[in-house]
Amino acid sequence: MFGAKLQVIRQFTLRGQWILLLLALLDVDVLHAQAQSKDERFQSLLAELREASYADKANIAERLSQTGHSSVRAVLTAFLDDRLYFRNDDQKVFIAKAADTDPIELIDPVSLKSSGAAPADLLNKIGTNNGLRKVLRTTVARFGLSNPDASVRFGAVKEMLSSLDEPNVAMLRERIDVEKDSRVKREIATGLALAALDGADARARLDAIGTLNHSVSQDVRNRLGLLLDKSPDGAYVESDENVRKAAERAVKTIDRWRTFYSGFETLFFGLSLGSVLVLIAIGLAITFGVMGVINMAHGELMMLGAYTTYVVQVAMPRHIETSILLAIPAAFVVAGLAGVILERTIIRFLYGRPLETLLATFGVSLILQQGVRSIFSALNRSVETPAWMSGTLQVNDALAITYNRLYIVIFTLIVFAIIMVVLKRTRIGLSIRAVSQNRAMAKAMGIRTEWVDAMTFGLGSGIAGVAGVALSQLTNVGPNLGQSYIIDSFMVVVFGGVGNLWGSLIGGMSMGIVNKLLEPYSGAVLAKIFVLVALILFIQTRPRGLFPQAGRAAEDK
Amino acid sequence: MASRLRSWILPPGDHGGSGFLVVLALAAIAVPVLNQIVPPSSPVHLSAYTLTLIGKYLCYAMLALAVDLIWGYCGILSLGHAAFFSLGGYAMGMYLMRQIGPRGVYGDPILPDFMVFLNWKSLPWFWYGFNHFSYAVLMMVVAPGTLALVFGWFAFRSRVTGVYFSIITQALTYALMLSFFRNDMGFGGNNGFTDFKDILGFDLHSDRTRVVLVVLSGAALAASYLACRAIVASRAGRVMRAIRDAEMRTRFIGYPVESFKLWAFVFSAVIAGIAGALYVPQIGIINPSEFSPINSIEVVIWVAVGGRGTLFGAVVGAVLVNYAKTYFTGALPEVWLYALGALFVLVTIFLPRGMAGLLSLVRNK
Repeated sequence: MFGAKLQVIRQFTLRGQWILLLLALLDVDVLHAQAQSKDERFQSLLAELREASYADKANIAERLSQTGHSSVRAVLTAFLDDRLYFRNDDQKVFIAKAADTDPIELIDPVSLKSSGAAPADLLNKIGTNNGLRKVLRTTVARFGLSNPDASVRFGAVKEMLSSLDEPNVAMLRERIDVEKDSRVKREIATGLALAALDGADARARLDAIGTLNHSVSQDVRNRLGLLLDKSPDGAYVESDENVRKAAERAVKTIDRWRTFYSGFETLFFGLSLGSVLVLIAIGLAITFGVMGVINMAHGELMMLGAYTTYVVQVAMPRHIETSILLAIPAAFVVAGLAGVILERTIIRFLYGRPLETLLATFGVSLILQQGVRSIFSALNRSVETPAWMSGTLQVNDALAITYNRLYIVIFTLIVFAIIMVVLKRTRIGLSIRAVSQNRAMAKAMGIRTEWVDAMTFGLGSGIAGVAGVALSQLTNVGPNLGQSYIIDSFMVVVFGGVGNLWGSLIGGMSMGIVNKLLEPYSGAVLAKIFVLVALILFIQTRPRGLFPQAGRAAEDK
Repeated sequence: MASRLRSWILPPGDHGGSGFLVVLALAAIAVPVLNQIVPPSSPVHLSAYTLTLIGKYLCYAMLALAVDLIWGYCGILSLGHAAFFSLGGYAMGMYLMRQIGPRGVYGDPILPDFMVFLNWKSLPWFWYGFNHFSYAVLMMVVAPGTLALVFGWFAFRSRVTGVYFSIITQALTYALMLSFFRNDMGFGGNNGFTDFKDILGFDLHSDRTRVVLVVLSGAALAASYLACRAIVASRAGRVMRAIRDAEMRTRFIGYPVESFKLWAFVFSAVIAGIAGALYVPQIGIINPSEFSPINSIEVVIWVAVGGRGTLFGAVVGAVLVNYAKTYFTGALPEVWLYALGALFVLVTIFLPRGMAGLLSLVRNK
């Protein structure tokens, strides 16, 4: 008794003391016993499956679903996919993780936890036939339909739409009146309308088309397109002319919306690519634009940021989700410090000689690369993506947005806003602007220009580090990470106009969008070449970029 | 007459340059002797490997010379000179590919192996004529020259200067690299050209051919050195330096700044192209990574280390840095990048005029 209690408590220690406290207050043993009996019933029903006839199996499936056990759905889905096995030696039933592998990876049907693997010839498949599968399919779908989670219900309806048979339609019809979630309801309505298209009543078909008009799904569009076809004998498949006309209009509407959404998607891809460009360029825009230093080590400062992310993640393996948030300030500090050291030891001797800073910082970039190679080896390191950053946001049937792209856009805008605030609203920002406009006068006014230089360089480098955190989510973290982005970042700064952060923002975004607009027609590489060539031509017409610096400050540069 | 020629080639004021030419002449005699006449058993015998290295350094020295002419004397920092070098190399490569003929893996008498592999039926138009050596030589000069002319004409006419120019040259070579990586371009994709057999009927793998190529590279280096020095010493050379030091003022005085810059740029590109063309048969391969922007930056570094604004300094820088690279990457591969990186940092801070500057400092004491 005491042992069981301990076991439960041990399981929950990770969750923290609150849960422990709750558990101590409740009578743990009663809870445990109830769970056990439910599990046992479930287990014994599963055991019956082994030798039952197909008709009995359908019966058992029904009874399994009535137990209300939390893993019913998983078991029945596995059963439907022919992934339910029993082991020869102990006659225990298991779910196979994937079909047709050898050895088969097993999942315990009760706890749904992984329980090792076994060679395929020691396992026996619990077979199904057509009739049984039909029953199972309906049961699984019904399960989905009554799930309290709206997104599961949505998925179930989607599943049912792909095989609209009599029982499915009946089930949908039942559900539509009780359904609360508008998204699921709309999907059910689509399903019913699709079913109504096969009906004999022209009036109902017309109404159905009216409903389907609002869909943007490819399947619906294809189904409506079928109405416009002619059968081999020359007559239209759809006999009623009004219905045909309505279908034609609906197809056009759907096509228009799909084009709109795909355009929107391209735009969004462009924005996310542009955000990456802006992010890698914005630090450079400060060191290069504001200070006139060509920092070839900028890419390596990004690399430092990416490696910092890696180190932070390795240091806290249990908290991948939060490590990335911690990595942002850490990378800022690491890269920023590296920048300040770089400025104090090398760059301050080279002010006013921009082309020579290029050489010296290139030397620094080589040293940093080799340093990383010595410490972390030349192999790429993989940084894990936290769960909240993976996956897609399914807006509708025609538009899906991946979360990592979305976050990159948001992140870039936040970083940009912070830099703007720092430069325009803080004391140090004021000093930075003063020194960049007129060094001698700023000095006369009592600004410690040397200190401001170090801070400016540190700020630019720190932002490079932050960009490195973002890059670690997009590409491999390796010693060459910096090199592959340095040219792009210079392009963005030059395109936008040196010394103008807004120029870098607009320049980077538009380069990203143009790139993604071209990509479908030309392929990724050619699109990039086009962008480069366009940039070279653009510089010919506006040699100082999109937003050239005006006034006296520009003359000295 | 003879003394006039002597004083033209070895003018009394140019100690460094004269020294360099003498060393080059001695090397041109020593290399064939040490490789061909001295038996392989002797410790002073020059192996095929060293031979190739010397040839490579000579080509790099030419490239450095080309960069120094425009950077050191005209203030144009090109971060894309590897593009011209590679274009010359590709022109030579195309000739060498055509020379392979039916000896390729697929045995097609006309199409190079990679085209057969890509299932191409006929030679693309821009490959016509490359079976003639004279046409290939023409292209080694015309291809980089034309690119430089067009690019430079647009850039200088719209007064793209300084950092902006450096960065668009970088964009140029980057765009070319990406293009040459594509199989559809018809230049062998990322594998480029390799497996060359012979040049003008001489076997590329025999030491005798290699010696001739090294001597030819040396001659080309000497010739381009003399040509560059002639330019630098001329009136045009003085205008170029004026442009470097005060472009606006030179323009206001009435010199057509753009055309001076343009022709210097084109000439420099042609030297780079010839260097590339000599490089490829000795190394035996050309691929798109030669276009990589990092290569162009390295050339600038050689010049900076050697001393920009002194022609022989560029040559010395190229040879020294590359020798150090060969040595370190062989002996201490981990240390090489640290050493190179530190070298750049130290040279830019403490020796803004490079090795040549150090030399004149020592002499003036």
